[in-house]
Amino acid sequence: MHRQLNKRRGLALGAAVVVLIAAFGYLLYGGIGNNLVYFLTPGELLAKGTSALDVPVRLGGQIVPGSVEWNAETLDLRFKVTDGTREVAVRSTGAPPQMFRPGIGVIVEGTYDRAGLFHATNLMVRHSNEYHPPAAGHSPKEAYKSLISGATQ
Amino acid sequence: MNGAIGISALRVALALSFVGAIALVAAARRNSAALRSAGFAVVYSSFGLVAIATLAMLTALISHDFSVSYVAQVGSRSTPLIFTIISLWAALEGSILFWAFLLFGFAALAARIHRKEPGHSLEYASAVLLGIGAFFLILLVGPANPFHVVSPVPLDGPGPNPLLQNHPLMAVHPPLLYLGYVGFSVPFAFAVGALVSGEAQDDRWVRGVRGWTIAAWIFLSAAIIAGMWWSYEVLGWGGYWAWDPVENASFMPWLTATAFMHSIMVQQRRGMLRVWNLNLIVATFVLTVLGTFLTRSGILSSVHAFTQGTIGYYFLGFIALVLVASLALVAGYAPELRRGGALDDVLSRETAFLVGNLLLSVMTFTVLLGTLFPLVAELVRGVRVSVGGPFFNQMTLPIIVVMLFLIGVGPALPWRRTDRAELKRRLLAPTGGLIVGLLLALLAGARDLYALLAFGFGAFALVSNVQEFWTGARDRMRAHGEHAASALGRLIAGNRHRYGGFLAHIGLIVSVLGIAASSTFKTEREITLAPGESVTVSGRVFRLERVWGRQDMGRTSIGADIALVSGGRVVAHLEPEQHFYESSDTPVPTPAVRSTAARDLYVNLMAFKEDGSSATIRVLVEPMVAWIWLGGGIVCLGALLALWPRRRRAAPALAATHPPRASHARRAARRVAVEVTS
Repeated sequence: MHRQLNKRRGLALGAAVVVLIAAFGYLLYGGIGNNLVYFLTPGELLAKGTSALDVPVRLGGQIVPGSVEWNAETLDLRFKVTDGTREVAVRSTGAPPQMFRPGIGVIVEGTYDRAGLFHATNLMVRHSNEYHPPAAGHSPKEAYKSLISGATQ
Repeated sequence: MNGAIGISALRVALALSFVGAIALVAAARRNSAALRSAGFAVVYSSFGLVAIATLAMLTALISHDFSVSYVAQVGSRSTPLIFTIISLWAALEGSILFWAFLLFGFAALAARIHRKEPGHSLEYASAVLLGIGAFFLILLVGPANPFHVVSPVPLDGPGPNPLLQNHPLMAVHPPLLYLGYVGFSVPFAFAVGALVSGEAQDDRWVRGVRGWTIAAWIFLSAAIIAGMWWSYEVLGWGGYWAWDPVENASFMPWLTATAFMHSIMVQQRRGMLRVWNLNLIVATFVLTVLGTFLTRSGILSSVHAFTQGTIGYYFLGFIALVLVASLALVAGYAPELRRGGALDDVLSRETAFLVGNLLLSVMTFTVLLGTLFPLVAELVRGVRVSVGGPFFNQMTLPIIVVMLFLIGVGPALPWRRTDRAELKRRLLAPTGGLIVGLLLALLAGARDLYALLAFGFGAFALVSNVQEFWTGARDRMRAHGEHAASALGRLIAGNRHRYGGFLAHIGLIVSVLGIAASSTFKTEREITLAPGESVTVSGRVFRLERVWGRQDMGRTSIGADIALVSGGRVVAHLEPEQHFYESSDTPVPTPAVRSTAARDLYVNLMAFKEDGSSATIRVLVEPMVAWIWLGGGIVCLGALLALWPRRRRAAPALAATHPPRASHARRAARRVAVEVTS
């Protein structure tokens, strides 16, 4: 009698655990599916067509020389990102990172709209490990000479 | 010279580790005292050799010996001494060396501490530790050799990654993390030792590893907090946790270790969960190795993963080996271990621990899935994806809220059976806390469901754990006529384990409240200012005074002098800077933080004109950030209290010698019973 009760209780417990695990698995599956952010190059983004519209994407590439426009008053920042073949126009809010210059690698997070503009919510300069000596005249020491000498006066 | 000494020491240590492991296993099988002492001699001497190699590396770093490959990789004559020393863990090879040093140190310490205990589990455990050590030595003499000879010898090197030399917290976070990670090898080794020697039948091994587990847990907790703090102080985004894979890598073993610390209490008290505990410690150890693999193999692209390498396969092979071998071992012995207590009452402390364990495991699994999913997706489908922060929040926040509830209800539940009326009485004040917490959060303007629940149940758990100290001390004051302070002191001293645990709970809740408040009530503004112009954020006026520059050794700093103005008077200056290191093409942000208990004012310099005519700054006002760090400190303090060895003396029979007054007799007796037994 007691054993039977235990058995029944065990079954009920087992069933409850199975249901819980199934429910949790379903939540996990849905949760991950809805929160996947694809990492794409401009070429891949454009090749995706309408399926890439209005879903969060990480776009990686280089800044197109001459494409950067920044309004310091409104903090409106526009530039183009390229992978060497295709270009995507990006709009972002906020200051461009200090070393934001043509040719540097960036990753922008945001969504691509129907009008062909990428709305970035997050902008990261790709940190590289290797040592890149700054081009002549572009080392911080020289570029910010006036600020440094101003401080020592 | 340094290179030759280092690599030779490592090679000899590797050979010795194999010999020692075999000797120790043989010693246990044949019950041979001679082999046993030979094995331990090997443990001590391998530690000596690895220490010599580590010293050789430090000498090479400090003396700028660029003929050593690791020094040529991370050293620089222009790096300040302190950052030169901590370059030991600035890149892959050095950190593996440091890891091996700690592991052999722990192996030697474990052999020293436990050598007089009966049984053979120490021999097996030491053999396991030597085996783990051998893996890291194989890396060091092979793919991660830091002592390669560089020829011709360079005159100077690039210096460590700028992110690592920008803040002193980087001198603290990695060693703490490694101490935590490596520390969990010891309980794992003892678990294997207990299984193989057949001593897992009784529960003595669990008592033996308790101290090691808590110590490693303290280091890991402190490391996580230091890492959050570093991210907050250096990365310039005003946050401290981003569900970055590398953060997750330290969080997962912390979760399983927290579960283990609680569930071994159930095993000690009730003889339950023997197999579960073995699995938990195996999981914890494997997760620490996985964490090292994720951070050090460069497999994930994240701000932390600053190394690239080919040693990933070694790690994968090692993880697979450990996982298969130890799970097979546990499964093989499981039938003999499954006996012992069952739940007497659903309302009992065991139940709280069981549910808590289940939730911590589910949370670990969730974080693991979210962390590894991008790797699997890239491997299988060839797409590069990342799992967004919302996934982790969505999945873990409900669990965290239930955990807060359990932390609150746990102390009020006795072992085995609960008197319903007593439980109701004990939960009265915490429930009051719940209502007050909810109301305060609502009044402060919180509308997010999880934020409200976090404040409510945070307050619930806080009151419940504080109540334990309060009623315990009060009962002592009544029973012995002691003063409040001495009653509290003696209460804690009488049962450090119990009250250390409650103190750790309180610390955790303080941290959670800080996290909830700072993420709910954060105000943020980004603006470009010319000198003299100001911006008002959350009622505070920030005025840009000027932009300045400075040339230091190895770096150029640009700073903005920002005055905090109140009532027309300057009350403080905040000076966020950008540091341009010569070895890097991207500047390192260096935000200025003004921290008080109520709120942090956080200013980051985003951009500036080269002539100093304007600067773009981001200003954040974040309430209660300091609570997070403070809470982390309390957590470690509480765990340290629980770890501190008890004074050897007979358990005081308080109730017997001083019978409490009749009106309080029942409650006091119950409390004393709990004190003496838990």
